[in-house]
Amino acid sequence: MYGGGYIYDPESKNQATIVEDPEMLAAFEAKIDRGEKIEPTDWMPYEYRRQLIRMIEQHAHSEIIGALPEGTWITRAPGFKRKMALIAKVQDEIGHGQLLYAAAETLGKSREQMLNDLMSGKSKYSNVFNYPAKTWADVTVIGFLIDAGAIINQLANSKGSYAPYCRALKRICAEESFHLKQGYEGFVYLATGTPTQRTMLQDAVNRWWPPIMHFFGPADKVSVHTEKLMRWQVKMDTNDNMRNEFLEQYVPKIWELGITIPDPKLRKNLETGRWEYTEPDWDEFFRVINGNGPCNKERLDVRRWVEESGRWVRQALYKPNEMYKMPLA
Amino acid sequence: MSSLDPRINRLDLVKTLEAEDIAQHQHWETYEVFVQAKRGGHHTHVGSLHAADHDMALIFAKEQFARRGQCHNLWVVKTSDVYALDTEDADMFADNNEKKYRNPGGFKVSDKITAYKKAQKQDKTETDD
Ligand SMILES: [Fe+2]
Ligand SMILES: [Fe+2]
Repeated sequence: MYGGGYIYDPESKNQATIVEDPEMLAAFEAKIDRGEKIEPTDWMPYEYRRQLIRMIEQHAHSEIIGALPEGTWITRAPGFKRKMALIAKVQDEIGHGQLLYAAAETLGKSREQMLNDLMSGKSKYSNVFNYPAKTWADVTVIGFLIDAGAIINQLANSKGSYAPYCRALKRICAEESFHLKQGYEGFVYLATGTPTQRTMLQDAVNRWWPPIMHFFGPADKVSVHTEKLMRWQVKMDTNDNMRNEFLEQYVPKIWELGITIPDPKLRKNLETGRWEYTEPDWDEFFRVINGNGPCNKERLDVRRWVEESGRWVRQALYKPNEMYKMPLA
Repeated sequence: MSSLDPRINRLDLVKTLEAEDIAQHQHWETYEVFVQAKRGGHHTHVGSLHAADHDMALIFAKEQFARRGQCHNLWVVKTSDVYALDTEDADMFADNNEKKYRNPGGFKVSDKITAYKKAQKQDKTETDD
């Protein structure tokens, strides 16, 4: 699923700038300008590595945690085919998490450390998963619209400069197209169904719209930092551009089904070609990301329970003399 | 805690106090995975995974890289058993293109054939006269 443009980064403010070797830096930037990808054993600036670890790690956590609200519905999915498809989708998302953890590991942060940081709250995951999936309609909204947002973000990132991340994203994007179609089918089924089904879907869209608008994060600050990340092809597009792209592609698909969106200002400005909307409530966004959303505690509690419950198995199979090595690519 | 998921409500979540101190390498070693998509093709590197031994690595590789049928065979190799060049040393391959004699393009014949045919034709016209 589930990148989202917003990368939680509390360290960037109070950190001394690291002075890089100017020759190495120039060679590195020339490589990126030539469109060459960066491989794990290449020289790279400290800030490039740090930012990529943060970004890929948070992406990985989002896949793993994002599977929880949907996984909850496997036992209650209406009908055998939907149940099987949802199991397949949830397994894909966990697989995405695995691919992304491996990509982040090539940058030197161990999987154990990433999981520790997830559970202690030091590193974050996409904010949308701190909201509950109350009905089956929520599952179709997540599958259709959250995965759609993720595809826009992931397609942009798959053209970035760090090779292992691009390779993982290429595979992930292929699987996302199945998620999108699966979610869309469920969404259309309810939208074209009985009045009760339509009401249930409309209710879910109403509840999910604010988190969906939060998904790409607040407008990027115009800063040297943002500029550098774009120059290094770590950040591939602005949060506002990605949000606009999302609205452009998906709002018409919602409206044509007679489903409304709870934002009276939402419309496409035909002169600028851009979408206008009520500015999302960013105070709410930061309140939730800092731990005070409806499901933050449950998500982390479940993840911690899994880690602890599986620990005896991992310990029984643990071989202290084996040599750990970072994955190659 | 009251979750919307009855299964979660049945869990004993209270004991999860020390989850976040996973010691280094508790999640085992890494393996590199190679997929042969079709019989007759090459095995191609597709990614890596964590496992406790080769058998487990093969099971995980099947789950992770062969869920949608595009696989005929799998290899798993411990990452620590792979010897690799440093990507920064790629310049050692740079002059390979100068070794023209290794490529078909390094051998020219058509000029000689054209010249030969031309000479033959001239000879013929001379004797005919
Ligand atoms: Fe995903
Ligand atoms: Fe997905």
